This record gives sequence, structure tokens and C-alpha cells, in this order.
Amino acid sequence: MAWEFLTVYWREMIRFVRFRTQLFSSLLQPALWMAFFGVAMSANFNRFTATIPVPPGTIPVDYLTFMAAGMIAMTSLFTSLFGGMSLLFDKNWGLMREMLASPMPRTHIMLGVSLSGITKSFIQVVIIMAFGLILGVEFFPGYSPARIAVSILGILTFVGVFSLGFLLFSSNISMRLESPEGLQGIITLLTMPLFFVSNALYPIQAFPPFLQTLSAYNPLTHLVNGIRYFALGSEFFAVGAEYSYTPADILLSFSYLLVFAAVMYILARQAFQRAVVT
Amino acid sequence: MSNFAIIRIRRGEKKIWTFYMKVLLRAGRRTGRHLMREDNIIEVRDLEHSFGEIQAVRSVSFSVRKGEIFSFLGPNGAGKSTTINVLTTLLPIQKGTVRVAGYDLAREPERVRESIGIVFQDEVLDRDLTVWETMEFHGRLYSIPRDERRQRIDDMLAVVELEAKRDVRTKHLSGGMKRRLEIARGLMTRPEVLFLDEPTQGLDPQTRLRMWDYIRQVNAAGTTIFLTTHYMDEADMLSDRISIIDHGRIVVTGTPEELKDALGEDVIYLETVDDARAEEAIQGIDEIRSITESPRGLSITISTDGSHCLPRIVELVRGAGIDIVSANLKKPTMDDVFVHYTGRELRDMGG
Ligand SMILES: Nc1ncnc2c1ncn2[C@@H]1O[C@H](COP(=O)(O)OP(=O)(O)OP(=O)(O)O)[C@@H](O)[C@H]1O
Ligand SMILES: [Mg+2]
Repeated sequence: MAWEFLTVYWREMIRFVRFRTQLFSSLLQPALWMAFFGVAMSANFNRFTATIPVPPGTIPVDYLTFMAAGMIAMTSLFTSLFGGMSLLFDKNWGLMREMLASPMPRTHIMLGVSLSGITKSFIQVVIIMAFGLILGVEFFPGYSPARIAVSILGILTFVGVFSLGFLLFSSNISMRLESPEGLQGIITLLTMPLFFVSNALYPIQAFPPFLQTLSAYNPLTHLVNGIRYFALGSEFFAVGAEYSYTPADILLSFSYLLVFAAVMYILARQAFQRAVVT
Repeated sequence: MSNFAIIRIRRGEKKIWTFYMKVLLRAGRRTGRHLMREDNIIEVRDLEHSFGEIQAVRSVSFSVRKGEIFSFLGPNGAGKSTTINVLTTLLPIQKGTVRVAGYDLAREPERVRESIGIVFQDEVLDRDLTVWETMEFHGRLYSIPRDERRQRIDDMLAVVELEAKRDVRTKHLSGGMKRRLEIARGLMTRPEVLFLDEPTQGLDPQTRLRMWDYIRQVNAAGTTIFLTTHYMDEADMLSDRISIIDHGRIVVTGTPEELKDALGEDVIYLETVDDARAEEAIQGIDEIRSITESPRGLSITISTDGSHCLPRIVELVRGAGIDIVSANLKKPTMDDVFVHYTGRELRDMGG
């Protein structure tokens, strides 16, 4: 096993910490979303859904708590999609040629970048959870400390695999593109459908069938499933819809994310092995 | 008598030892390096490279001997960087065969990457890493063990006189310091071949001279150097051998002296108290191709080596009782060589 990807990781993290504004904005952004969008939306949604009776045996969950899971997912998505950006900067103004001409296996470039992206996602997830707690997000209802620990681990595992997939995707695209603007365009195009055709902000039960099918193939939906399962339990009621997850469902979602990451790995590896310098 | 005998025995021993060492070395080279042709560290056969329609390199063949400084001299767009990029595995081989440090480039690019160092034409630095971090990153890419790595960083920074800038971010370095840092980085892995793509482009004359010194030092320590340049004087001063490359083709290869001698156009400027008589006095020398008179003296074009002709000319003129005011020998420069072989001046110099 070669460990050179840790070198790439080391450099990425130096840069992460060194750019104060980037660091703080990436930490602040999810918190701001929670504070404004979350609180505003939850006031509305809670009013609409207050009249819907809660089925027996399920735990009612308020909107802020419901969407906090979506917020975690969305933040991971954004951070990961932008993760490849540093490669584009490296290609144009940085150390890409140094890395490509070195004996380090080229796949380590994307592994190092991915690992740093995952780290950033983790930091953000923890911030959202901590900040959510202050705002009144009721994650882990009535859980024992041990179960909370396990749940957090579960959430991080889901976030990790999900982020890996999108980081590899982003790295792959970046290696094939010439300029950061191109990646920005692709990200803008992608985030809209990914974010809105998912269960991050609202239940998909009310979608038209076509969108429902589409959202079932959306990795974001599966990430949100995992987060809600670990954060809220297997049976809960939110935004007028009943949620019940069996461990098999969750395993399926996790497998889907694993397959997604694996496919992204294979595609990205091709891009890196064929990389040339222009 | 007895002393003499001992010395002879010692000499004999020494001979045996050297012979023995030679055999060992040769055997070592054979087994360690498969198929390495004796002294060539780079061998390029019929290399071609195109970017779509543009043929950047057209059928280039050359070899670089172990331990020498070899230069590609050519104008902008000649194909120098393209060749370097192929040789350093940054561009794929489209056509031709290349061996670097004994390894086939197409089949073992990783081995090649381990054996080479590169200083790119344009800056390849992370502006936000410090000098030390830049070196550390590089050392880790090449898996140099920690202690050794740290030691080499210290050594290399001392060589390029950047110790004081250790914790300065590269964006705060001057152009010359950046270049020195890049060279130090290229050297820290102790490559067998160091590729330098226009190492002194954009540096002030003083820094250029310093850079040449570094390059010579590095070469003296055993690293083969492949250099590209569009500065005639640089190629001339540094290289053991030069290939002039133009429009993707090698026009001519040789030592700087060979290239200049091949022109055979040494010119002697002679000023005497009586130029007309002096001209008569030297008529007999076969090597003189032509003599032109000007108000400031005679220009005598020599068909071979002018430095051998000059003393004879001086003797003859003095012998005829004519006083010499001044005598100057002008050898052809690389500029002349370039014009001769390409039929024009180096295009857009300094680009
Ligand atoms: N990535 C590329 N895409 C298209 N054409 C290219 C590319 N790289 C180089 N070329 C073309 O190939 C030719 C050779 O370029 P190259 O960079 O090898 O020249 P060079 O000898 O290094 O010149 P310079 O002294 O300016 O550095 C040029 O005509 C250039 O326009
Ligand atoms: Mg060039």
C-alpha cells in the first residue's frame, strides 16, 4: 500500500486552513442556511401541517428537525461538487504537472483530494448538528449516549461514502475540463435537479410518479434516508407524511451510495491515468 | 633496488584492482539496468508529436550521454517544450521510441518518473505554500523517508541560498528566487537526468550567471542535464553538445566548437601602419579566403581555425617591417551558427 495520497491530503488541508475566508464561509454557510431558510420554512410548514393527525406509533418531527437532515445532505453535496475545483486551479496555476510527472500513482491525486473533501464535509456536518441543537433541532430523540454515538458514526459513514462519490465525479470532470468556469457551470446545472428532486426539503410521497422514480435514483435521496434513519429513528411523521425505514431499506440506500462511489472511482481513474498536460 | 621492486608490485596490484573494479562495474550495470546502451542516458528515435493539425515535433532522433549537458536550441514554437513533455511522460508518445535512464518510456513510465527531475518552462508553484512546504511536498511525492527528506531540504535550500526564505510563501519570492526554488526542488530527488526547460527565461543577467553556476555545479556532481533555451550564449556557455531545433526538426547536432568550426568563418581584423603592404605580405597564406580593406583596417576571412592563422599573419606582417596597431580575432558566435543552419535570425527573440 502506498500512502502518497496523504501528501496530497496534507497540502489540501494546509490550503483549507490557510484561506481564512474560504474556511469561515464554508463553516458559516450551512449554519446560515439553517438559521434563515430553516427557521423561516419551518414556521410555514409547521402551520400547514399542524392540522394533520399524527398516526399512532410514530414520532412527530417538526420541520426544522426534518430539514436539518436535508441541510446536512445538501452541504455535503455542495462541498463535494466543488471539491474538484482545486485540481482545476492546480492544472492552470499550480502543481498539477509536478504531481503528474512524479512517481506517485496518479490515482492518488484524486484520492488525496477526495479525502480532504470528506474531511471538510465531516467538519460541516458536525457544525450543522451542533448549531441545529442551538436552534432547536431535535435529533436523536430520547437516545442513550451510546446510541447517539453510533448514530453520529452512521451519519458520518453515509456522508463519507456519498461525498466520495461526488468528489470523484467532480475530480473526473475537473481533469477533463480546461477552466474553473466550466466546472462552475456544470455544478450550477446539476445542483438544482439533484437538490429539488430529492427528499431533502420535503417528502417525495407527494411527487408525480415520474419525479418519484427519478428521485429514487438520486444519490442525495439515499443519503438523506440514511441521515434521517440514524438521526430520527425508523418510524416518524413529518410534513404530513409517514416515514418508516427498515434496516433493509437503509442497507439498500447505503449499497446504492457504495455502487455510485465505485462507478465514479472507475470513471475518474480513467481520466487520471490518461491525463496529459496542455 | 628493493624499493623499486616494491613500487613495481604496487603498480601491478593497482592495475589488477582497477581491472577488477571495471569488470564489477560493468557486470553491475548489465544486470541492474536492462538493455541500457553503454553511455546514453536518453535515446530518442523518430519521435513525432502533433496537436491536431499542428505538427509540433517531426521525426526527431538524438541521444544524450551520461553526465553531459545537452541543449536544445531553437526559437519559440520550435517544439522544445513538447519534446520535454513527452520525455517526462506528461504527453503520451504518439510515434517513435524513447528510452530514459534505461527504461522504455512507453512501457515503464513510472520507472522513468522516478529517475528524472524537471524544471518546467513556466512557474509550477503553489503560491500559498511556503518554500519549505513546497520542498516537503515534493519530497513526499517521491517517498523520500522523513529524516533524509528534511536533511535534503536543508541542503538544497542552502545550495540555492534560500534558507532565509524558508517560511515565506512562494508568492512573496522574486522571480529569480522562484526559479532557484524550482531548481532546488527538481534536484532534491537526486535525479539521474534533470530536464530544464528554459531555466533562465526572464531572469536578470546577474541571476542568469548564478543560475549557470548552479547548473554547472549540479552537472559536476553527476547529474545529466537536458536543457532547452533560445539564448545562444546560454547554449554556448553551458552545453557539451547542442541540437539546433527548428519547426519540429533537429537541424544539426554537435559541440559548440564543432558547430562554430563548421562555419569556418573566423575573421581577423588587422590594423597596421600600411594596410596595402600588409595585404601583399600575407597573400601567400592558403587558409585566407578573402581580404577586404576598410578605413579601419583589413578584415581577413579565414577558412579554418583563425587562432592558428593569426600568429603566422602577425609574423609575416612584422617580417615585412610593418608595424601592427591592432589585431583581433572574431570567432563565429552561436548567432552566426543559427543563421547559417536555419537561414534566418532567431525568430521573435525573448518571447
Ligand atoms: N497543447 C497544445 N495544443 C496545441 N498546440 C500546441 C500545444 N502545445 C504546443 N503547441 C504547438 O506546438 C508547437 C511547439 O510548441 P512548443 O511549446 O513545443 O515550442 P517551444 O520550442 O517550447 O517554444 P518556446 O520557446 O516558445 O517555449 C507550437 O506551434 C505550439 O503552438
Ligand atoms: Mg517551450
